[in-house]
Amino acid sequence: MQLPVINIAAAEPKKGGCSAGSCGSTDKQMDHLPEHIRQKVFNHPCYSEEAHHYFARMHVAVAPACNIQCNYCNRKYDCANESRPGVVSELHHPVQAVKKVLAVAATIPQMTVLGIAGPGDPLANPERTFETFRMLSEQAPDIKLCVSTNGLSLPEEVEQLSQYNIDHVTITINCVDPDVGAQIYPWIFWKNKRIKGREAAEILIAQQQKGLEMLVAKGILVKVNSVMIPGVNDKHLEEVSKIVKGKGAFLHNVMPLISEAEHGTFYGLTGQRGPTNEELQALQDACEGDMNMMRHCRQCRADAVGLLGEDRGSEFTMDKVEQMEINYPEAMKMRAEVHAAINEELESKRLAKEAKVQVVNIQGLKKKETTRPVLMAVATKGGGIINEHFGHAGEFLIYEASSDGVRFIGHRKTTPYCEGDISCGDGESVLDKTLKVLAGCEAVLCSKVGYEPWGPLEAAGIQPNGEHAMEPIEDAVLKVYEEMRVAGKLETTVDEQQKVA
Amino acid sequence: MALEIIELCTNCWACEPLCPSKAIYEAKPHFLIDADKCNECSGDFEDSQCASICPIEGAILNEDGVPMNPPGSLTNIPLQKLAA
Repeated sequence: MQLPVINIAAAEPKKGGCSAGSCGSTDKQMDHLPEHIRQKVFNHPCYSEEAHHYFARMHVAVAPACNIQCNYCNRKYDCANESRPGVVSELHHPVQAVKKVLAVAATIPQMTVLGIAGPGDPLANPERTFETFRMLSEQAPDIKLCVSTNGLSLPEEVEQLSQYNIDHVTITINCVDPDVGAQIYPWIFWKNKRIKGREAAEILIAQQQKGLEMLVAKGILVKVNSVMIPGVNDKHLEEVSKIVKGKGAFLHNVMPLISEAEHGTFYGLTGQRGPTNEELQALQDACEGDMNMMRHCRQCRADAVGLLGEDRGSEFTMDKVEQMEINYPEAMKMRAEVHAAINEELESKRLAKEAKVQVVNIQGLKKKETTRPVLMAVATKGGGIINEHFGHAGEFLIYEASSDGVRFIGHRKTTPYCEGDISCGDGESVLDKTLKVLAGCEAVLCSKVGYEPWGPLEAAGIQPNGEHAMEPIEDAVLKVYEEMRVAGKLETTVDEQQKVA
Repeated sequence: MALEIIELCTNCWACEPLCPSKAIYEAKPHFLIDADKCNECSGDFEDSQCASICPIEGAILNEDGVPMNPPGSLTNIPLQKLAA
């Protein structure tokens, strides 16, 4: 049986958009896009699932002020252990921020993108935000600039955004219905007044939609972020997805609500829960028929540094940055070499996959067996390969293997097993947490698995597997799937309906 | 008459650019209002600008020392939950 790594685009009937089974896979995500957009996003870790294995991003916290309140945000909160949007440890003036960006870019050449995301709203701090962008576009022309906003001030700032050559903007759009919005936003500051309730939501929604249209008209790429809040906007987000796609947003990122009482937010204190992994995946699948979905978002802090899923911010605190001497023109040469090497690797991978698709197109004409889909967890530090020990993994990437190939489903965070505080007797509970996080997965692929977790993993129906260390993730997932098929672990049915052109 | 910023302030900068009297200034450990300059926006705006954008309940007091935004007024968090 031939198991394609990516789906057989040519052999599948074209529906409007794409089938839910296909666009989650790495290549497909990018293949949707017109060439000029693909060129803009191929090395952006937040916009390209493939790129996020190779390229890094950073945020600078220059924008503390906000012009709205969201029920999932508490502006008083700042804790070095909390990794989530709106949270930041150190606030920077633009000159400091630029210094920090140059230091990081010279130290981590894979850093291609600088974003301003808060901790308030960047466009509610236009002077600080645009001063930072202006200096960076002069001093570090090899860094892509992007910004995320709640959209309230967006229409007024589109012109300035386009002047600074910012070609990526993210708008957080949680609703298009003011009655839903009134349950998410208690107030906005608008035309010198604080406005509350439904009226506030109505203005915010109108501004977001107008801003989206203006950006698209200017040729600026727009990604839409939505926070999934069960019972509030979960059903509604399918409609949001349709509307923003219709207006020209190129990517939709549905993120789970993060809500704990200790965050002190309205949702946290009133017991509003976040979605389960299964609920989130179901909504992403439902939206996918209409829209290119993003599944690799790590909901990073407003001052995050590094690859998605890691935060090296503590290496670049302002006192450390002040001690570094950076020759950026020199660093830029080194960076160009590193980027060229990564691009070459990506290109050769792409060609190899294209070759595989050709083979599959021919073989796909045969009647195909359908086996049940299987979820597998993967431990990786980046590079698109299995290169992390089970005990060191702070998160697992979840892939679904089926007779249609492999698709990326999302990531699940945990506490690294080996860092569990054994002295407090927590070692066992850390493993319990990981077992819970991996629920539904039938295998976990990592570069190494220790003896201790092996038994509990097996007992939980999750086969530990350290045999594919340093192999490309998707190839390894397919091999394990094939092994399961051969071992008779996948009930096989011949699918008469298999569509083959 | 003048408003006052107290230690609940988180230094978010939202109020500073809005003040029509330029009475608000950056200070340690938190922003302050120059009482000689502040006129609570009378003549300029219907509502005091700093108190209309401040996200922190209780951080700005009126001339009687009463919070412009009392607990629960901005977040809608029930008082018994705030106390917990």
